[in-house]
Amino acid sequence: MFAFTVKRILQAVIVMLIISFIGFAIKHNFGDPIRDLVGQRVTAAERAEIRDRLGLNDPFPVQYVRFLRDALHGDLGQSYFFKKPATEVIIKKAPATLELVFCAALLIVLLSIPLGIYSAIRPKSLFSKFIMGGSIVGVSMPVFLTAILLIYIFSVELHWLPSYGRGDTVLLFGWWDSGLFTADGLKHLIMPSIALSSIMLPLFIRLIRSEMMEVLESEYVKFAWAKGIKPWRVWLVHAFKNTLLPVITVGGVQLGIMVAFTILTETVFQWQGMGSMFIESVERSDTSLMVAYLVFVGIIFVLVNTLVDIIYGLVNPMVRVAGRQ
Amino acid sequence: MKVSTFKTAGKFSLLVLSLLVAALMLVGCSSEEKKETAEKAAPAAPEKVTLKLAMDADPVSLDPQVQLSGGMLQFSHLVFDPLVRYDKNMNFVPRLAESWERIDDLTMRFHLRKGVKFHSGNDFTAQDVVFTLDRLKKSDDFKGLFEPFSGAVAVDDHTVDLVTKKPYGLVLNMATYIFPLDHKFYTGTDDKGKPKDTIVKTDYSFANENESGTGPFTVTSREQGVKTVFARFKDYWNKDTGNVEEIILSPIKNDATRTAALMSGDVDFVMPVPPQDLDRIKSTDGLQLVTMSGSRIITFQLNQKRNPALADPKVRLAMDYAYDNQGVVEKIMNGFATAAGQMSPKGYVGHLDSLVPRYDLEKAKALMAESGYPNGFEATMIAPNNRYVNDEKIAEAFASMMSKIGIKISLKTMPKAQYWDQFDAQVADIQLIGWHSDTEDSGNFSEFLSMCRNAETGYGQYNSGNYCNPKVDELTLAAQTETDLAKRAADLQEVEKIQYDEAGFIPLHWQNLSWASKSNMNTEDIVNVMNFPYFGDLVIN
Repeated sequence: MFAFTVKRILQAVIVMLIISFIGFAIKHNFGDPIRDLVGQRVTAAERAEIRDRLGLNDPFPVQYVRFLRDALHGDLGQSYFFKKPATEVIIKKAPATLELVFCAALLIVLLSIPLGIYSAIRPKSLFSKFIMGGSIVGVSMPVFLTAILLIYIFSVELHWLPSYGRGDTVLLFGWWDSGLFTADGLKHLIMPSIALSSIMLPLFIRLIRSEMMEVLESEYVKFAWAKGIKPWRVWLVHAFKNTLLPVITVGGVQLGIMVAFTILTETVFQWQGMGSMFIESVERSDTSLMVAYLVFVGIIFVLVNTLVDIIYGLVNPMVRVAGRQ
Repeated sequence: MKVSTFKTAGKFSLLVLSLLVAALMLVGCSSEEKKETAEKAAPAAPEKVTLKLAMDADPVSLDPQVQLSGGMLQFSHLVFDPLVRYDKNMNFVPRLAESWERIDDLTMRFHLRKGVKFHSGNDFTAQDVVFTLDRLKKSDDFKGLFEPFSGAVAVDDHTVDLVTKKPYGLVLNMATYIFPLDHKFYTGTDDKGKPKDTIVKTDYSFANENESGTGPFTVTSREQGVKTVFARFKDYWNKDTGNVEEIILSPIKNDATRTAALMSGDVDFVMPVPPQDLDRIKSTDGLQLVTMSGSRIITFQLNQKRNPALADPKVRLAMDYAYDNQGVVEKIMNGFATAAGQMSPKGYVGHLDSLVPRYDLEKAKALMAESGYPNGFEATMIAPNNRYVNDEKIAEAFASMMSKIGIKISLKTMPKAQYWDQFDAQVADIQLIGWHSDTEDSGNFSEFLSMCRNAETGYGQYNSGNYCNPKVDELTLAAQTETDLAKRAADLQEVEKIQYDEAGFIPLHWQNLSWASKSNMNTEDIVNVMNFPYFGDLVIN
């Protein structure tokens, strides 16, 4: 087990090195961040001097090694636009994104399970057909279109929901800006969560449905029916239980994709999270913040994956054996 | 292998999951309840006159001298106040300077308003102007503009002389950039032990986070990129002006969202209005739209050094005749631009009404036949694709128009982050550039865009066409030291005329400006062609 853990951690470190290298290479070739910091009148010589001060004229390896050294001390560089350390900026923006992803995930869990089960049990009913048809529309509609439609219907036409931003937030633990505990904040969360969940929800309904239908055909479910067990018990306890496991695996992966989708959702709703921060840093050529975001998100993914692998290894020694081959 | 893993781990994870689902449901229910009760207890309408403002960006700093950009000037007009400012017709009107007079060729004397207070409570005096000009001369972005000045001299507490090194005709134009800072407030060291007056672009500085100006508003809270709140300064010197007591500024980058925020009533005022939403806002009851022709010129520069064909004035003229300015304005810009035949927009001293855009395809073809390139030629071209309104589409339209007179253009477009390096390196024969004159004066166009390139003096710094006419240089330089404004205007008009006749570059259009607000305010009166709305004068009924 010890060898396995060490191996997984080593792998994680290598992955992080690769991510940081790619991120940094992108930064290096992205273009000149100075242009966005100065007016048109500033001469080339003065720009070169500013670049010098920021260490941008050093050769790539020098800059990269300096970046790695600082990163080991928890310093991912300085955001030019925010005039603050990039890590500080990202940590400030993270709650907004995480709350949005959390609410969207909640919506997905609460809706996809009953809808998926129902459409598996009654595949021929009108409602099931409606769900399936609707899910195709949902999957094929881009997130930003869904978001803009929502805004036009519920904000512009009906005046029910606010069109942008996070509304009132409260400060928790001294650093977590939360919109979950104010009425205004919750109101602001509704449309972005729906928009963000709109791609994943249909996928999950379809996934649960097909897995469930497969399980319903299996021998042990037939045996359960034959034993005369009550239908809800067969469906929920016997069948759904076995449907869930593959759904969880897929769900884990999709959660990561959802973080990526927040970029579009956040941009449309002017949601002040990491996604819109990243897009804006690209637009402003705030290259340090860009690379810090990539590394930060990379760290989260690698950490979670490594932890999951190690826990799997603990729970099921088979994984370790397989890993040794 | 995988499946069996999950089956074995099944019982445990199922338990965890069901607990999680239960917890989530509980959270969901309780938040539902909270929402309902909160809606019932909606607060009464506030009495304070608040302006909810949405712009496409917010100021990058609280230090007005850290960056020269539209956003920063908009901010400066809220929190600071200049010596003089432009009115809608580009005349100078007194602000902190009540009057001014020329003492001699080098000196302009300003009589300052008395009884003006800074936000810190300090009195505004001539010392503050001296301090501010000194600091401007240290700022990376402003020192170029204030290079002609040797400094400011305080004559007494309320009189200050601005002294230039040579005679200079734009002292008043520059005075619009002098937003006096509170020299007592910005002197000394802050609690981190750093000097309070340093100008820092990318890191913490006292001035980036604190302000004390004389303007109509003070900053009460600021979360960069999210929200800035301004409150009316109760000791503001001008009492009989706007009635807005609080401004909440939210940057909304996305065009559709900005419009939606206005239409849904979440904000009261937006700028700019995306061109595709102009009609919609115009036709909505309760909203008003104000537009005007702007002063940013978009041009194509034709590199005579890289491509010998472009050194032939007949070819350049033919290209100018082949480009349909008005057509592009109507079809690509949705009418939201003003076709240009010269650099100076109307209202600038160099503007000549006679220099209209020319479009005549037959004439273009005839000129090509007369030129050394009757069968056309090939040329390369670059343009940005996210810097100016519809820049990529404009470049594509240009390439297809040129194909009609036999010029085959290979076009490459790229984001602005990459564009400017390529532009400087002059990688293509034809390059697109937009330019706003930061002196609001015609001379600035020729200094940067069409004077002969000179690495030492910096003239022609953005002249990637390598157009060079000694007469243009001579007239532009003469205008710099000319204090007789009529003579100066004549010089600059001649510059425009020469460039027009030689087709030194191809002017396309000036981008229009736009603002939209609820109709219960005097929006029309406070906006201007420089795009610094004077929110201090805004009246909401």
